[in-house]
Amino acid sequence: MAFVNLKNKLIQVKIVYYGPGRGGKTTNLEYINRRFAQRIQSEMVTVKTHGDRTLFFDFLPFDIGLVNGFQIKIQLYTVPGQVKYDATRRLVLRGVDGIVFVADGMTLRRENNIESLRNLQENLASYKKNLRTLPWVLQYNKMDLKQQGIAMMPIETLEQDLNQEFRRPYYPASALEGTNVAATLKKIISLTVESIRKEFL
Amino acid sequence: MSYTLDQKQLDKIEDVLKTELIDNGVRCVFLIDMAGNIITNLDNGEKQHDIYSLAALAAGNFGAVSAMAKIIGENEFSLLFHKGKKENIHFNKISSEFLLITIFGNDISLGFLRMKVSESVEHLKGLLEPLSRDQL
Repeated sequence: MAFVNLKNKLIQVKIVYYGPGRGGKTTNLEYINRRFAQRIQSEMVTVKTHGDRTLFFDFLPFDIGLVNGFQIKIQLYTVPGQVKYDATRRLVLRGVDGIVFVADGMTLRRENNIESLRNLQENLASYKKNLRTLPWVLQYNKMDLKQQGIAMMPIETLEQDLNQEFRRPYYPASALEGTNVAATLKKIISLTVESIRKEFL
Repeated sequence: MSYTLDQKQLDKIEDVLKTELIDNGVRCVFLIDMAGNIITNLDNGEKQHDIYSLAALAAGNFGAVSAMAKIIGENEFSLLFHKGKKENIHFNKISSEFLLITIFGNDISLGFLRMKVSESVEHLKGLLEPLSRDQL
């Protein structure tokens, strides 16, 4: 639910990184925080457990400059991926304008990805939103692990499991090394801003 | 879905926040929606806070406490108060979509603050009601 402030010509947009636990959502934001430091005016906020897992969310505000004379402030959030934190995931999704689904490319995590996408659809439905109308992209993460001999799913399998029905843009990535992290972010920002532009500007 | 507020609406809201709260000694006040967006924020010029992070955490915190309320059989806790040594934060729900947050020092009593917040909330409800009905 983007907020358009006509007085200050400012639009606030909420983008949420969703996906299974230990899939690399926080790592995406940490990379963005380092790589685009000049666009970020405040500290990244993280609410973590002692074991360094996301407990509530991570938050990173990100300025992208002017679109049609409006300053756009992107608010990036992650959700906790662990199954048991469903209530907090649903809270963070409130008012979401765009989503990055970070899937774990390891073969071992195939079911976790499918379950997390199903959970996303359920949680969106509680806000009367769905993946057919909302701007979203997929990121197939941890592709760097292939070099270490870890069993990874082929992109075709990930596509078949997660994206067959939706045909959304997808990016094989390594959040740790930064591969395609910026490309994923650019795509979701452009899709989300375009959808708000159509509605308003 | 998105929603807008124009200059006239925002001026009216800011006028309420300034006369009822800032002019009565509140350090900082901000009106946010439950998604964590900042509708408007005012301060007395003494201190600058990282308001975007505060808004994100405040919306999350309020959501978490509302979920706790439901678990114990309450419909909601409509206000929250956090006490610090020098600074205190007070949260007051305006409607299902909006939240008013005030930061104040120990020079204002909680009772006085609650009265002023409650008066402001009544004004703000009137100003935000058309929005809640039509756009949200």
